[in-house]
Amino acid sequence: MEFFNNHKKLFRTAFLFFAGLTILVAILPALNNQKNNKPLPGAEPLSADAVKGKNIYIANGCVACHTQQVRNVDMDKMWGSRPGLAADYADIHRTDIWRNTATLMGTERTGPDLTDVGNRQPSKDWNLVHLFNPRTVVKESIMPAYSWLFTIKKQPAKSDVIVNVPVAYLNGEEGKVVATKDALYLIAYLQSLKQVKLPDGTPASDFLYKRQQETAGATGATKELNGTTLYTANCQSCHQSNGEGLPGAFPPLKGSPVVNGDNLELYVGIIMNGYSGRPGFGVMPPVGTNASLSSAEVTAILNHERSTWGNNAKKVTEEEIKKIMDFVKLQAPK
Amino acid sequence: MNSNQIEKVLELKHQQKGLNNNAQSSGSIKGVLIIVITLLASLFPGHSVYAQTKATNAGIFSEGGILITITLIMIPILAAIVLMIVKLSNMLRKHRNRQDLEEAALFADYLSTLTEEEANEALAKRKAALDYKLTHHELSGDQEPVDKKGLVGNIETEGYINFIARKKKAQKRPNIDPQLSKLILWYFGCAALWLLFGTTIGEYVGIKFVAPDADHFSWLSFGRLRPVHTNAVFWGWASLGMLGLGYYIVPMVSNAPLASIKKGWYALYLINAAVILGTLFLMAGINNGGGEYREYIWPVMLLFGIGLILTLINFIQTIAKRKTKEIYISNWYIVSAIMFALTITVVAYVPIWQDGLGETIIQGYYMHQGVGMWFMLFTLGIVYYMLPQQLNRPIYSYSLGILAFWTQILFYTLIGTHHFVFSAIPWWLQTIAIVGSVGMVIPVVAGTTNFIMTFKGAWHKIAGSYTLPFFLVGIIFYFTGSLQGTAEAFRSTNLMWHFTDFTVAHSHLTMYGIICFFLWAGMYAVIPRLTGKEAPQITVGAHFWLALIGLLFYTVPLMIGSTLRGQMWIAGKPFIDSVVHMAPYWLWRAIGGSLMWLSHIFFAFNFYKMISKYETVDVKEAALEKLGQLIPAETKND
Repeated sequence: MEFFNNHKKLFRTAFLFFAGLTILVAILPALNNQKNNKPLPGAEPLSADAVKGKNIYIANGCVACHTQQVRNVDMDKMWGSRPGLAADYADIHRTDIWRNTATLMGTERTGPDLTDVGNRQPSKDWNLVHLFNPRTVVKESIMPAYSWLFTIKKQPAKSDVIVNVPVAYLNGEEGKVVATKDALYLIAYLQSLKQVKLPDGTPASDFLYKRQQETAGATGATKELNGTTLYTANCQSCHQSNGEGLPGAFPPLKGSPVVNGDNLELYVGIIMNGYSGRPGFGVMPPVGTNASLSSAEVTAILNHERSTWGNNAKKVTEEEIKKIMDFVKLQAPK
Repeated sequence: MNSNQIEKVLELKHQQKGLNNNAQSSGSIKGVLIIVITLLASLFPGHSVYAQTKATNAGIFSEGGILITITLIMIPILAAIVLMIVKLSNMLRKHRNRQDLEEAALFADYLSTLTEEEANEALAKRKAALDYKLTHHELSGDQEPVDKKGLVGNIETEGYINFIARKKKAQKRPNIDPQLSKLILWYFGCAALWLLFGTTIGEYVGIKFVAPDADHFSWLSFGRLRPVHTNAVFWGWASLGMLGLGYYIVPMVSNAPLASIKKGWYALYLINAAVILGTLFLMAGINNGGGEYREYIWPVMLLFGIGLILTLINFIQTIAKRKTKEIYISNWYIVSAIMFALTITVVAYVPIWQDGLGETIIQGYYMHQGVGMWFMLFTLGIVYYMLPQQLNRPIYSYSLGILAFWTQILFYTLIGTHHFVFSAIPWWLQTIAIVGSVGMVIPVVAGTTNFIMTFKGAWHKIAGSYTLPFFLVGIIFYFTGSLQGTAEAFRSTNLMWHFTDFTVAHSHLTMYGIICFFLWAGMYAVIPRLTGKEAPQITVGAHFWLALIGLLFYTVPLMIGSTLRGQMWIAGKPFIDSVVHMAPYWLWRAIGGSLMWLSHIFFAFNFYKMISKYETVDVKEAALEKLGQLIPAETKND
């Protein structure tokens, strides 16, 4: 055929075919998407520190292991309260003249998703220790240690942010671990990562592919939840699997008067609303509220904590916890 | 009776003495033993099948304690049965021996009644028949072998054992332009260096999954090194390797010299510069924003782009000057791949359509067209030339190749966003990507059929060639790897596999299993034609097997582990549990990766051997030279 033997016609056709399809499936949808999506009313722009932190996040390729997208499937529920929307990314523009837009959605979840990590793990102390060497707080972690974002000083100045790192992780060096500006910027960025609430009255789209157990409903309610699993997912990164916490950063639950005592209002209040009263320890975020724990789940966690590591307190029931949760909700800081 | 026995009878007859028969029955005990063993063997499966069926019917048979008890009871019972069988067989044997002895006595009586003459004649005849042997010259005759027409090649005179199968040598071909030959070898050499560098980085990154505290330097941290690995093997190794083969194939199938060798050199410099600079930038923490395979910032990628533009012009000008009427299909694939690679790079780096999710839509498009329209398309072009050439037969169907070409463009272009299924990008766009992924079955099946049918009737050539096994592995992974991509694109499989290391396993099955194996096949075929030297067979074999086994060790455990990891996520297990779960699979990955890395050392060695200037002494050539020196000397003396 003449067409196949004429290189100009052949290659021009192939190119136009490909270019046409490219316009249809890539360029037009992209243009359309950036034109028709605006940030949510509640969205706050990144602070100056967080912007610098985001640049450090980009430079170190954190996106290789951490996604920032909550998919509309049930298994992603643990990463955010609602599926991600195009509006969530609408305010992200070109970084600078050299570098492209960084939505940082990622394609691999070797580590946890970070869309809502500002709500899930807002503790600055935890984040700093974790960044210095993740294995300090999460023994099984395989995340790189970013110890080069810290300096070790014999006599830190007053303004220095000191990080409480156990001696075993100092590689024999002596002195105090001080966070550099870069480390603080990065933490500022991580703390700024929060899912924006939808404007009042707008229902979030549903998570698909619900787990069978949940749809089963009535039968699931009578079954007791696994407190160990819930503890691992929500509490262990600070209070550790042995319940001993981390001296100087996170208090122990083993032998704790709050855990073993009868003042359940204080206990549940700390889980649901956070706590900052104790000198020598970091601030505890409102873990229960952030993770939207149900009364059954809180009960399971309480019973796990009250019966492990030598703790031996009375079992609590879901009914009493439900009442207390309704009560402490009123005390929540607005 | 056998010959020996006859001899003995004759002897005895001659001495006129009593006769003896030494009939033997030692075989019978063996027979009984075999029967016992078979009986035992048949008892065991029978017993276990019984237990299993029981277990499904009655609950108690699934109890460990019950099963153990039954097994314990069965042991003495079985032992008693065995003992009984042995006793019975002994009794039977004794009885049979007695009968045999009686028969022997009768036979001896008969033999003794015969006269010597009668017996001798019959027995001597029989002995002569039994002792008959061939002389080994019945068919060949006594003459020396002569090959008058020079048909026999590859004569092995030393009768040693072949530890390595002898493969066919590359055929001597007309020399190609030494200038072009030098250019192509430089492309291959740079590619091999980037392969070594890129996979060393990859190996180290893989080890970091097992030993995260291996080092604490910012330039060597995981997030920075991962793109160094992927980009070095993409733009350094695979791209330069493909282009090097392209510089051989395009002029060859156009039957015209390359338009400009100078442009070829410039392209080589530019692409090398891009990978060197890109690597340094990435390690220093300067990258484009995290989209996979476009981590290089635009000034770096611009160098690469200019290199491709020069190559495109060069190839099209060569094709324009072709002496053949038709454009061979390899050139369709190769030229289109370069045009498309340039298109996607422009689309990926122009900032107009990259705000918000625009960036993600472009990213999905870019990363998949990068592998499908650049690496896969170009490599298919290479295979359409090199495979028929190595098999010494035409491609099975030219029209299937054309079908695969157009359908690849149609379907592949659509599938980019399947990397973002369930994300916030439009649902219809995700659906198109999934449909396109299913459509990819057409070009893949067409291509595979074409290659396999080209092999038809020439399968025996694989055993005698060291390039064809590489092609065959490439074809197998082209089929399985590509269809695995289709399987991964569905919404249901995305739940399980997306975000896990399954994607990593898939990309290694395809980029390594398909692209790298085809490139090696092409290089092992082309380089001997340029230099006249071949690599030692044993190290080519080592390269092949280490790469193949390493790839399987790398991918199979990773696929199993990530499937289980996805299941844990679906079941809502704590995230850290899924990290702990992956540890052994990551170790296997590191082991497989080490084997692959080792195979690249062998490849580098083979490459060196193929281009090395050091000559091994060719006895015949050297003898001719000596003769040349001797004859003038002799004539002078005369």
